[in-house]
Amino acid sequence: MLQIKDLHANIDGTEILKGLSLHIKPGEIHAIMGPNGSGKSTLASVLAGNEDYEITGGSVAFGDKDLLELSTEDRAREGLFLAFQYPVEIPGVSNINFLRTAVNEIREYKGEEPMSAGDFLKLVKERSALVELDGKLANRSVNEGFSGGEKKRNEVFQMAMLEPKLAILDETDSGLDIDALKIVAQGVNAMRSPERSFVVITHYQRLLDYIVPDFVHVLYKGKIVKSGSKELALELEARGYDWIKEEVSA
Amino acid sequence: MAYAGDDELLEHVTGKEYEFGFTTNIESDKAPPGLNEDTIRLISQKKNEPEWLLEWRLDAFRVWSEMVEPEWAHVQYQKPDFQAISYYAAPKKKAQLNSLDEVDPELRRTMEKLGISMEEQKRLSGVAVDFVLDSVSVATSFKEKLGELGIIFCSMSDAVQEHPELVKKYLGSVVPKTDNFYAALNSAVFTDGSFCYIPKGVRCPMELSTYFRINEAGTGQFERTLVIADESSYVSYLEGCTAPSRDENQLHAAVVELIALDHAEIKYSTVQNWYPGDENGKGGVFNFVTKRGICHLRSKISWTQVETGSAITWKYPSCILKGDHSVGEFYSVAVTNKRQQADTGTKMIHIGKNTNSTIISKGISSGYSQNSYRGLVQINKSAKNARNFSQCDSLLMTDHCGAHTFPYIEVKNSSAKVEHEATTSKIGEDQIFYCLQRGINEEKAISLIVNGYAKDVLNKLPMEFAVEAQKLLAISLEGSVG
Repeated sequence: MLQIKDLHANIDGTEILKGLSLHIKPGEIHAIMGPNGSGKSTLASVLAGNEDYEITGGSVAFGDKDLLELSTEDRAREGLFLAFQYPVEIPGVSNINFLRTAVNEIREYKGEEPMSAGDFLKLVKERSALVELDGKLANRSVNEGFSGGEKKRNEVFQMAMLEPKLAILDETDSGLDIDALKIVAQGVNAMRSPERSFVVITHYQRLLDYIVPDFVHVLYKGKIVKSGSKELALELEARGYDWIKEEVSA
Repeated sequence: MAYAGDDELLEHVTGKEYEFGFTTNIESDKAPPGLNEDTIRLISQKKNEPEWLLEWRLDAFRVWSEMVEPEWAHVQYQKPDFQAISYYAAPKKKAQLNSLDEVDPELRRTMEKLGISMEEQKRLSGVAVDFVLDSVSVATSFKEKLGELGIIFCSMSDAVQEHPELVKKYLGSVVPKTDNFYAALNSAVFTDGSFCYIPKGVRCPMELSTYFRINEAGTGQFERTLVIADESSYVSYLEGCTAPSRDENQLHAAVVELIALDHAEIKYSTVQNWYPGDENGKGGVFNFVTKRGICHLRSKISWTQVETGSAITWKYPSCILKGDHSVGEFYSVAVTNKRQQADTGTKMIHIGKNTNSTIISKGISSGYSQNSYRGLVQINKSAKNARNFSQCDSLLMTDHCGAHTFPYIEVKNSSAKVEHEATTSKIGEDQIFYCLQRGINEEKAISLIVNGYAKDVLNKLPMEFAVEAQKLLAISLEGSVG
């Protein structure tokens, strides 16, 4: 599904990713943890195609495609979805119009007919229920005036609408209370399937109680320095990152 | 306009009708360049005008001769040589083409993007076809229907001949013939335009548009429009067209006057898409327009404009709120790209009691363009309990463009409430990235974001105009962010 090999990336001349490798198979959930500034969000941005970052080495295969060769929109159309840490507001553009444009652009890329208005609305109803999103939010402007929790639920709702092959959740749990966290997790779990993979970037083990990962990786100084099962997350919660930092520098 | 031999050949081969379509075979009936009293006498005589109108024109000319071209607008340009312009040409036909294949492919692509139908494309680009008969018959039945209601909708020239009493009463009543430099020039030399009269109590059942005046569809250089809504009547008037129009005339100085008598309502919508000039600011139309309406008791005038064309736009559609409880509205989207310069806004003059005005202005600047909002809200002593709300937003697409806001507020009655809000923002790279990440390409992303930004204004346009205007915004800004 996703094969990252020795990836290096800079922003403004500073190297953030320093040889990161990661292999994700279909249906797997990988959690990425690590101290602040270790490069977690950079990884998400680089995979999504943010042009603020310069790739200086390594490769990323997405299915049978060279991900780094694809434009940002084509990565999305190939099935890569990023749930933003800070979802962007687009005043005057209704959530529903935004999503319909996205859905039909992706369908066009795949050579499919645009979705009919009826089918689309049915899907909206079904998928917004997954994250208990108020139907009214669908008609409001994209993320405008949404609470923090609503924005994050809206990200998961969009993911559910676009049905990606790979979803990257960038600190989707940040700023959520426990109830909202459960709702977001419930939405993600509903979308789990043997073909769909997830990368869950988080600071806190708490989210992983609800979205149970197959693998947990620790990202530190731009590299994955430790990988393990979900128990690693518990250990990090208990012991912090210092022991890992020591291991790395030893 | 002289063409070298090579150019002529090239023109012929590529069929760029818009560049010289307006100037074919008119030499024989065209006034020599230059402006003096004789030119005006010639115009008046050619148009068989009554004596009073000639005097009116001459008055305007004498005042204009003493006037100085204004320089206060935030625009820079080479002032036109008014003696180099020819002020009269006999009504002319566009060069006719045999099929759409002969039309400039670039022009056609734009029309297709706008979603303009084949028939409409043919009409706009002057292709000779039988189908045009359909539009003629539509126009005929349209005119019959209006006639039954007593609505007069004709060219200004016809109005002068057929309804001189109305013309005499209202022409220059809102924009005096010596109002400003360009209005005075227009008053002296206008050759045609539109005239519309809605009788008492009549609600015009359709949008009136110059579209239906088939033979007069071309834009005049000095156009004069007069719309009179008699007591308790209603009319919605559409001016312009979303299709790109190229014009040999660099200078345009139109005057539009609206008169809303007691309890009447006029909705005036404009889409302006004249040639903006090339990347370097070469060519392009200078658009100096004076538009003003007067509201009598409990009447309402609503201006809505989408301005995307012209090299220079100098335009302030205004309302004189003379009658008590009258309402003035101004909704504007002005897009500038490349080297375009726009200085546009409105004036709301509150005279009557309990008058109310609303201004929503959305400027979008891209490329190296300059986009200014200039507006006056004037509450006079007599305007007890007047209200105004103004919102002026600017959206910047690049680092090289400029957005400026010049609001003037004059309040002479302490019971007035005046609110002004303004914002300036740069189109977010984060917004575009967000759209791209959802699979939406950059062109569509910009279209979504810009249309969202301008939504409050676009919503005010009549339905059929709104859809084309949305596409027009996207096209005008193509390749803006890179």
